[in-house]
Amino acid sequence: MAKTNYESVIILTPVLSEKMLQDAVDSYRKLITGNGGELIHEENWGLTKMAYPIQKKTTGFYQIFEFAAEEGSEIVDKLELAYRRDEQVLRYLTLKLDKHAMVYNERRRNGAFKKAKVEPTPEVAKAKVSTKLDEEEE
Amino acid sequence: MAKKSSYRFSKAPVVRPKKYCRFKKSGIKYIDYKNADFLMPFINEQGKLLPRRITGTSLKYQRKIATAVKRARHIALLPYVADQMK
Repeated sequence: MAKTNYESVIILTPVLSEKMLQDAVDSYRKLITGNGGELIHEENWGLTKMAYPIQKKTTGFYQIFEFAAEEGSEIVDKLELAYRRDEQVLRYLTLKLDKHAMVYNERRRNGAFKKAKVEPTPEVAKAKVSTKLDEEEE
Repeated sequence: MAKKSSYRFSKAPVVRPKKYCRFKKSGIKYIDYKNADFLMPFINEQGKLLPRRITGTSLKYQRKIATAVKRARHIALLPYVADQMK
């Protein structure tokens, strides 16, 4: 059977300590790999402000897993059941990725979309300083 | 009088630049729901989806925007309702 890529985003409560957060993430990581899933990528956004409060909390730890698994296996069901049982999980979203999404995520992982910091190049900065000086002289 | 008013209503049509679909033009195939900033041009100040006739998006990509915005709302990256978000 063909393998499919899945993506799973969870929001964990902000009241967790560093260790509890790591434990929770570890347990889900094990759940994925233990059920025939192959972890491709994971991302932690850290404490992020949410657009609206969930369970009276305005921030949350965002954790993203991307994994490949057999299509039709029960891994997603098991994962979501575990999310629902876990009170630390405020929200979850699991998606099947289509081919365009897989290409996009591949590029994203390689840093193709990271915004290049717009810092003035030394020449421009110098030019600015020099113009300022000129103005002062005038 | 009647002649004058009818003249007034038959103004020459305003010439606007032709709208285009920005996804088709730049070759974007997938719209990422995790990137809230990217979705901002397609919603109004209240967080509602803007119609196609304003953004010029083609139907195919408008549908993808709609799902992406809904997913972003679910994981609290965009609000369901807002007063002033921009």
